[in-house]
Amino acid sequence: MVTTAAEVAATVTDPELPFLTLADLGILRDVRETDDGVEVTITPTYSGCPAMGAIETDLRRALHRAGYERARVRTSLAPAWTTDWISDEGKAKLAAAGIAPPGPAPQRRQGPVPLTLGIRDDRVACPRCGAGNTERLAAFGATACRELRRCLSCREPFEHVKEI
Amino acid sequence: MSFDDAYQALTDHDDDARWAYGTGFSDPLAGVPTALPEGVDAGDLAAYCLMIGDDALVMSHRLQQWVTRAPELEDEMAIANIALDLLGQARLLLTRAGEAENSGRDEDALAYLRDPEDFRNVRLVERVDADFAQLVVRLLVFATWRLALLDRMAASRDPVLAAIGAKGVKEVAYHRDYAAGWVVRLGDGTELSHRRVQDAVDHVWPLTGELFVPHEVELRLAASGVAVDPSSLREECDAVFAEVLRVATLRRPESPPLEAARSGDGDQSRAGGRGRDGVHGEELTEILNEMQGLARATQGGVW
Repeated sequence: MVTTAAEVAATVTDPELPFLTLADLGILRDVRETDDGVEVTITPTYSGCPAMGAIETDLRRALHRAGYERARVRTSLAPAWTTDWISDEGKAKLAAAGIAPPGPAPQRRQGPVPLTLGIRDDRVACPRCGAGNTERLAAFGATACRELRRCLSCREPFEHVKEI
Repeated sequence: MSFDDAYQALTDHDDDARWAYGTGFSDPLAGVPTALPEGVDAGDLAAYCLMIGDDALVMSHRLQQWVTRAPELEDEMAIANIALDLLGQARLLLTRAGEAENSGRDEDALAYLRDPEDFRNVRLVERVDADFAQLVVRLLVFATWRLALLDRMAASRDPVLAAIGAKGVKEVAYHRDYAAGWVVRLGDGTELSHRRVQDAVDHVWPLTGELFVPHEVELRLAASGVAVDPSSLREECDAVFAEVLRVATLRRPESPPLEAARSGDGDQSRAGGRGRDGVHGEELTEILNEMQGLARATQGGVW
């Protein structure tokens, strides 16, 4: 059985969400086999994501193990990562892990970025009981991409991947 | 990879999979095109990246000083996350600056080995916060201004600046909403919280003038479609400030913001000089002593 470099790279998981592959998350942008070795292109979720170094090393290690001696990892900044790139399978894995997956990312209209004061009108279903009435506890969670919410029905707190 | 204990994992240097400690990070722009846009002066581009990068770096450090001091655990998390986003933006911009100036200085050299007069940040970001009210007001002003700036930078002719801008907009929109939420909560809160946040507004406001006065480098690069002329941000920022202060029942200070001297006119005095010209307060020296001390004492140190 021949395993392509793309198949190998697609199995590497995110260090902070280990049940998700880089492909599920949409941060694996391209895998190319050339005469010069394998070139993998990834994109950061947020500018300050501290996991990028670990992801790069994990990718190179997985490719080495599969016999790809020369592997380079490139960063691509544009287009900027959006939660819309998380695959349906990735969203299902998030929900199974108790993390509410993101809905569709907000579409920018013309003009300045709108200011949000007070309650945001976002409807996030509780990943445990499925109830639709949940509230935001904090806009920033354990990692840059998550916020903290609480279910008003079963009262359980949970995390939610913010739509960006 | 598995280890018997966490310390072993932290000190494992068989590879470069280190996280957020030490110096000697890998280049965050690895693989990003490094060519300069046609007809753009490399020195100007380097200077501009330092300005926008230093704003983020110094603001990030001031925010980090609030971690363990915020009123609630959730706010520790928020402030740490905001500081991390800004640090990420700073790393990209300082790396771009080092490449453009082509002097071999990387992001570490630029962050850790420059003296205060070589920093190009606006003075707003170096100001110490006497209380939480000052923090949220300063963050509101900074995030509102930076969001407007990054949004325009996303259309830059320089593809790296454009990418940093487009990415940063998504992040800083959250920072602004966080700060605005607190300003409203405190302003429209108790008599005490209202008074203290109004004092904070009065205290921070004089620093806003500098934000909208262009430096000659900004003007030159804006003319060639690379940078943003900060005077073009004023209207959008004023509208946001007015809306937040109105909902927060706060009064906008009567006195007009101090219009600092235009750069390049030879006025380098402390009174009239600006952060963009390398004129800073004692507060920046204090920040750099803290931020650079260890890296300077152990140059090239990895831990």
